[in-house]
Amino acid sequence: MITIENLRKSYGKLQVLKDVSVSFGAGRVVSVIGPNGSGKTTMSKCILGMVLPDSGDIKIEGESVLKKYAYRSQIGYMPQIGRYPENMKIRQVIQMIRDIRKDAKVVDEELIGLYGLEGMYEKRMGSLSGGTKQKVSAALAFMFDPKILILDEPTAGLDPISAEILKCKILKEKKRGKLILITSHIMSEIEEVADEVMCMMDGHVKFHETIADIKAHTNEERLGKAIAKIMEEE
Amino acid sequence: MNKVLKYVFYDIIRNKIVLAYAVFLLLLSIGLFNLGGSPDKAILSLLNLVLLTVPLISIVFATTHFYNSYEFMELLVAQPINRKKIFLSEYLGVACSLSGAFLLGVGVPVLLFGASLTGLYLVLTGVFITFIFVAMAFLASVITRDKAKGIGIALMLWFYFALIYDGIVLFILYSFGDYPLEYATLVMTALNPVDLGRIIVLLNLDVSALMGYTGALYKSILGSLWGISMAFGLLLLWVLVPFLSSRRIFSRRDL
Repeated sequence: MITIENLRKSYGKLQVLKDVSVSFGAGRVVSVIGPNGSGKTTMSKCILGMVLPDSGDIKIEGESVLKKYAYRSQIGYMPQIGRYPENMKIRQVIQMIRDIRKDAKVVDEELIGLYGLEGMYEKRMGSLSGGTKQKVSAALAFMFDPKILILDEPTAGLDPISAEILKCKILKEKKRGKLILITSHIMSEIEEVADEVMCMMDGHVKFHETIADIKAHTNEERLGKAIAKIMEEE
Repeated sequence: MNKVLKYVFYDIIRNKIVLAYAVFLLLLSIGLFNLGGSPDKAILSLLNLVLLTVPLISIVFATTHFYNSYEFMELLVAQPINRKKIFLSEYLGVACSLSGAFLLGVGVPVLLFGASLTGLYLVLTGVFITFIFVAMAFLASVITRDKAKGIGIALMLWFYFALIYDGIVLFILYSFGDYPLEYATLVMTALNPVDLGRIIVLLNLDVSALMGYTGALYKSILGSLWGISMAFGLLLLWVLVPFLSSRRIFSRRDL
């Protein structure tokens, strides 16, 4: 569904992505892991067209998406740190995005309901806690029934109950044949929701395998240990 | 695009700076027209004040607005909207609301107290100057991510066009006074939108008779319909060049 070919990106002298080539199929939950600053967020921002790569190509269903924008109607994005216009209310932000995406056929308000966001509709974005902003981001990402979901550390600021709600939602959407990319550092969580793990290191793809394969060839029961073992082998 | 523009307008109207700006201009214009003397005199004083304040307020307001809308733009770029459209909406939102305030604050009094061709030129010039300085402000804002630096660049641009440039021109005229400089002055005028605007309005007032030989040359060139159209064409160019270059930078950079 998404194919990335020889993607390179540098910020000044710092090379963040060094020749990344990878592909992801529909109906999978792929967890992107790697140390801080290994290029995970940059890669997702490249897919979204927020960061423009120096070279290489990104294709969604066979078509290059560079310098295009219409394809973004198929992507739901939940940023690591959601930044919103401070003086807009929750209701206004949600209404605005809905207004912009008027052509979307399905509007999925499940997360708005589950997170009780209606009760806070009149609060200004600037006065919200980090976790509440995350909930708004999550609700917006899932709202238009996108084929691809890119979630950047989705549960990092959420309380356990809200995190659980989000995980259930992720699994539900996976069953409906969506591709879900999650960057995360929490191994237990990855084990719960993901099928594949893609590990990035210093702008390279270190490995990209299914969780079952990783466990099998390292002879480990727990994913955390298995990944630590692969890292130590180097 | 109209949807994005709607929210930009909504945001600007809610912070009441633009309204205050309109009221300020309105009081200024009504005051000047009622100070006595002919409407021409009032238009002349108004011209000088407009050419000083309109660029300053446009450039400072547009720069701060651009930086404050960063989150808004970040939110929109992940949506299926062309970046160029986001940029155009931001530009039109700011430029049109400031022009609206100018039309209300200066256009209406001019229409009431001194409706004439000169008055029309004054209003047109003010609107053009607004569009030009908003475009320059956006250029300053896309060049750097640092808000303080961006506002610094914007203020430098204002200093240059509103104050320093005239000093340079005077210096050149004074130093090379022995040479025929009529055409050189004409070119130098075209290189500063504020001066261009001033000349367009001045030439329609009687004071242009006091401007000597260069004034006569200006009058012979800009006095005709063709010359005036060319002057406004140049102003349009002054809008398009900074706008298009800032849009180009904006659509090719990382957010």
